[in-house]
Amino acid sequence: MTDQPAEKPEEQKADAVPEPADTAAADATDAADAADGTVDQAEQDAQAAGGKVADTAPGEPVLDKKPASAFLEVRDLRIHFPTQDGLVKSVDGLSFSLEKGQTLGIVGESGSGKSVTSLGIMGLHTVGQYGRQRPKLSGEIWLNGQELLTADPDEVRKLRGREISMIFQDPLSALHPFFTIGHQIVEAYRVHHDVDKKKARARAVELLDRVGIPEPAKRVDSFPHEFSGGMRQRAMIAMSLANNPELLIADEPTTALDVTVQAQILDLIRDLQKEFGSAVIIITHDLGVVAELSDDILVMYGGRCVEYGTAEEVFYEPQHPYTWGLLGSMPRIDRERTDRLSPVKGSPPSLINVPEGCAFNPRCPYADVPKGGITRTRRPELRETKPGHLSACHMDQADRERIWNEEIAPKL
Amino acid sequence: MTDSNSEQPKGGTATVEEPRAGETLLKVSGLKKHFPITKGLLKRQVGAVLAVDGLDFEVRSGETLGVVGESGCGKSTMGRLITRLLEPTDGSVEFEGKDITHLGVNGLRPLRRDVQMIFQDPYSSLNPRHTVGAIVSAPFKLQGVTPEGGVKKEVQRLLSVVGLSPEHYNRYPHEFSGGQRQRIGIARALALNPKLVVADEPVSALDVSIQAQVVNLLDDLQQELGLTYVIIAHDLSVIRHVSDRIAVMYLGKIVELTDRESLYDTPMHPYTRALLSAVPVPDPRRREKNGRDRILLQGDVPSPMNPPSGCRFHTRCWKATQVCATKEPPLVPLATGHQVACHHPENAPDQEPGDTEPLVRS
Amino acid sequence: MLTYLIRRLFAVAVMLVVIILAVFCIFFLIPKWTGTDPATMFVGKQADKEAIEAVRQKLQLDDPILVQLFEFFKGIFVGRDYTGGGTTTHCSAPCFGYSFRTEQEIWPILTDRLPVTLSLAVGAAVLWLIIGLAVGIVSALKRGTIWDRLGMTGALAGVSLPIYFTGLILLAVFAYQLDLVSNKFTPFGDNPGEWFSGMILPWISLAFLFGAMYARITRATMLEVMGEDYIRTARAKGLREPVVIGKHAMRSTMTPVLTLLGIDLGALMGGAILTETTFSIPGLGQAVLKAINEKDLPLILGVTLITATAVVIANLIVDLLYGVIDPRVRLA
Repeated sequence: MTDQPAEKPEEQKADAVPEPADTAAADATDAADAADGTVDQAEQDAQAAGGKVADTAPGEPVLDKKPASAFLEVRDLRIHFPTQDGLVKSVDGLSFSLEKGQTLGIVGESGSGKSVTSLGIMGLHTVGQYGRQRPKLSGEIWLNGQELLTADPDEVRKLRGREISMIFQDPLSALHPFFTIGHQIVEAYRVHHDVDKKKARARAVELLDRVGIPEPAKRVDSFPHEFSGGMRQRAMIAMSLANNPELLIADEPTTALDVTVQAQILDLIRDLQKEFGSAVIIITHDLGVVAELSDDILVMYGGRCVEYGTAEEVFYEPQHPYTWGLLGSMPRIDRERTDRLSPVKGSPPSLINVPEGCAFNPRCPYADVPKGGITRTRRPELRETKPGHLSACHMDQADRERIWNEEIAPKL
Repeated sequence: MTDSNSEQPKGGTATVEEPRAGETLLKVSGLKKHFPITKGLLKRQVGAVLAVDGLDFEVRSGETLGVVGESGCGKSTMGRLITRLLEPTDGSVEFEGKDITHLGVNGLRPLRRDVQMIFQDPYSSLNPRHTVGAIVSAPFKLQGVTPEGGVKKEVQRLLSVVGLSPEHYNRYPHEFSGGQRQRIGIARALALNPKLVVADEPVSALDVSIQAQVVNLLDDLQQELGLTYVIIAHDLSVIRHVSDRIAVMYLGKIVELTDRESLYDTPMHPYTRALLSAVPVPDPRRREKNGRDRILLQGDVPSPMNPPSGCRFHTRCWKATQVCATKEPPLVPLATGHQVACHHPENAPDQEPGDTEPLVRS
Repeated sequence: MLTYLIRRLFAVAVMLVVIILAVFCIFFLIPKWTGTDPATMFVGKQADKEAIEAVRQKLQLDDPILVQLFEFFKGIFVGRDYTGGGTTTHCSAPCFGYSFRTEQEIWPILTDRLPVTLSLAVGAAVLWLIIGLAVGIVSALKRGTIWDRLGMTGALAGVSLPIYFTGLILLAVFAYQLDLVSNKFTPFGDNPGEWFSGMILPWISLAFLFGAMYARITRATMLEVMGEDYIRTARAKGLREPVVIGKHAMRSTMTPVLTLLGIDLGALMGGAILTETTFSIPGLGQAVLKAINEKDLPLILGVTLITATAVVIANLIVDLLYGVIDPRVRLA
C-alpha cells in the first residue's frame, strides 16, 4: 500500500466534511454536465455509468454497461480502503482510455492514487487481502472488450502476466531473492504457456538478450543480488515481456536507478514498445520521465484526475493550477536558471479527509478567482477546455489563460 | 523571521573570527577513505572499497558547493569525511585553517558546533520517541550551551525560522509529513548557528512540490544566516539550481570541478556531458532532438572495489584511447576556475593529442 | 563455499575446546576455590580423612591445575590412565571419568541414553513442525478470523502450560482411562510396536509446547513476507494463489523457522528433563536429573558436554542449510 497517507496534515482537519453528501453532489453535477453536452461522448458514458455503478457492489451484473471501443478504458474507477481511521479514498472517480501502441503517463505525488490505480487494473486489490478488509472497488475497467472488475477473479488472474504485465519500482525487492533470474522468468512464461522447462529456459535467455543483458546464457542462472540495479530492472522488464503483453504498466520504473542507467531503461522501454506495439502506462512523479515517453498525460491529485491531455498540451498549455505548481516546483536543466522555484504551498491532502470542494483548494493560490467560494463547496468536474484536453478547475477559461500566460509561464 | 544573527547562542571557549565571504572555509587535500574487505580463513585483508580515493577541493565561505555523481561514486562518504563522522584513511581536512583530519572525540566537540549535517531520509534520521523540542534542543544539551532566553524559546524560534509552528514543540516526528520532518532536521542542524552545513541528498526523498519548498528554504537560510553549504545530490537539475560551484564525482574521484555556468554550458569531462544528456527533460518537444543528442553510456558504474586502471571512466567512455587505460589523468585547470581530469576533454584542447587510437574493449 | 565450510568447522572446533575449558573450570576449579572438594563429594560428607585422601590420590586432584587440565583433555581425545593410589585404571577415549555413584565409565552411560533422547526429540520435532507450520500459516492467511484466534489461543496454551501438566493429563486420559497407548517406555530393540506406542504421548506433549512457539513465529513471519514486493510480483505474473503462498512465501518463511529448529534440537539433545521424568523415559534428561540429585559430577559434566556439542553442531547444520535456502549468504 504505497499510496496510503502517512498522516493527516493539520490544516485540513478543520474543513473535513462527511464525504457521501459530497459525492452525491458531484454525481448530480455529472448528470447536469452530461446534459449540457460540454463533455465528450466517452466522458459522458463514463460519468453516466459512474452515477449508477457507484452504489452497486462489484460483482453484481449491471445490464446497461456499454463495452468500450478503446483497447483499455477505465470508467469512474473508485478504490476505497476501509481502515480504522476511516475510509481511504485512494482513487475516487477516475476515467481514461488508451489505445494500443500509445503511452499514457500518469503523474502525481505520493498519495495521489496513481499506484493504487495500476494495481486496480491488474486486479491485485482482490487477491491476497488476507484478514484485511477488502478495498471497495467500483466503476469499470474494459480491456479488449472485456470488463475486468466484474469478471471472474480466475479469469483476471489468467490475464495477469499474459495480457497485462507490470514493471515495479524497486527491482531488488520486487524479485524473489531466493530464486534465480532465469527461474523467475521461466515461471512467468510457464504459467501461461504449456511448454517444457527447456523451451521456457530458452525463452528466458532470449528475453534477457533482448533487454540487453550481456552473456544471457550465463546470467540466466544468477540470483537477483548478483545483478547491478540497472541489470535487475532489465531482468524485471524481460520477465514482464515474457508473454508479449498487450498492456504494460510501469510503476516508477526508473526511480531507484542512476541517471545514466535511467536513460538506458527509458530507451529500452521506448524501443520495446515500438517493437511490440503494446499499450504502455507509465506511472511516475517525475515530469521529465513522462515527457520522454508519453503521448498522453494524466495528472492525478487526491485520487482524481485534475488534468488530462496530450503531452504537448499538458506541458505547453497546462490548465490546472496543480499542474502549474508541479511545473514550477522542478528546477529545469533545459531552461535559464531561475532564482527561485515556485513550489505549491502546503502538503498533499489526506485521502481520508479530502478537502471539500476542489481537493486542491487549500493549496491553490487562485482558489478565490472563481466567485462565491465555489472552490470550497463544489467538486469541479473534469471538462474539456479544448477537444481532448480536460481539466477539473472552476476557473473560467479566460482567467486560466490569463494567469498562465501572465503569471506562470514567464517564471518557468 | 527574526534577525537571527543578533540572537546567536554565544558561549563555549574560543571565538574564532568569522571568515569573510569568499575566504576558504574548508580545505580538503588528498582525501581518501578505503573500507577494507576481508576474506578467507584468517580474515586477511584482500582488498578495499576505494570509496573516496584522493579528493582535493576547497569550500569558500558563503558559497554552495554542489557534489554530484551516481551511486557508488563516494559522494556520501565524502560528506561524512568532511564532517568527520568518518575517519579518513589518508589526506587532510582543514576547517578554518585548522587541521581536523585526525581529531578525537574531544577535539571534535567545537567542530560539531560549526559543521552540521542534514540527512536524506527524514523518516529514519529523527528519533521517533523524542519530541520535536527534544530533537531540536539536543545540540544545546550536548554542547552545554544555554542560548539567550532559554532553550525552549530558542527552539521555538528555530522552528519558526524553518517554517514550522512553534506550537509543534511537543509533537512527535510521526505526526509530520516528509517535508515537515526535513524542516525539523534543518532546524536541528541550525541550532548552534553553524558555519558549514553539509546536506546529503536533502530533498531526494521528498515529493516534487515539497522538494521545491525545501530548496527555497535552504536558499533563504543561506542568505539570512550567511551559511556555507556542501550539497550532495544525484539530481543534476537540483544541483544546478542550488550550487555556485559543482564537483562531479565518479568512482571516488572528482572528474570535474567548476562553477555552475561553465559546467552546464561547456562541460569538459565526457562523463559530465553524458550525465547532463541523460537527464530527462520535461519538454515533449525536445524528445526527438534529445534522442539524437543523448549519449547513452553502456553498462553500469564499475565496482569501487576494483576500479578500472588509468582513467576510471575509460570502460564506459566513447572517447577513450590507449592512454586512458594506462595513465590516470590529473585534475588540472583547463580554463579559469575549471578543473577537469581527462585526457581528451570536450570544449577544451586535447591533453594527449598524440594518442588517437581508440581503445579496444575486451 | 569450501573455504566457508572449513572456516566454520574450524570455528566449531575452537568453540568445543572453549566449552571443554569452561566446563573444566566449572567442575574442577571453582569447587576447589570454594572448598567443595570433589573428593568429598565422591565419598560423602561423613567419610573419614583417609578415604578422602585415597580418592584424591586416585583422581589426581592434588596435581597442578595445568596437569589436571592436560589429563582432562587427553582423556577426552585419546583416553587416560588413573594411576594414583598405586593402582592403574584405564579409561578409554572419550573419557569423562567415572561416575561417583556407580563407578561406571560415563561414556557408555551416555551412549546408552543418547538414542532414547534423540528419538524423543526428532519424533517430537517432526510433529511440532507439521503442527506449528500448519497452524501458523492458517492463522496468518485467516488473520483476524475465528481460525486465527483459535490457533493463537491454542498456541498460547501450548506455550504456557507446563509439560508435566499436559503430559499427566494425556497419560491419564489416553493411557490409563482409554488404554489406547502404552504408559511406559519400551526399548526399540525389545519391541518396536510397544516402543512406538509408548513414545506417542511424550512426542505429543513435547510437540504441543514447541509447536506453539513455531506457530507463532510462522504466523508473524508469514504476515511480514506476504507484504513483500516480490509476493506482489508473483501475483502480477498470474500465478495461482496456492503457488504464491506455497512456493514464494514459504521459501522465505522457512529461514527463521530453521534457525529456531537448530537451536531447539541441539538443546533437546541434553535431554528433555521434564518430559523424560513425566513419562519415565530413560534418556539423558533423566540421567542428568539423577546425577544432580546425587551430586554425580562426572555424569553432569558428560551431559553438559554432549549438549553443548549438539547445539554447536546443530547450529552449523542450520547455517549450511541457510546457504541452500538463501543464495545471498552462500558467499559470506
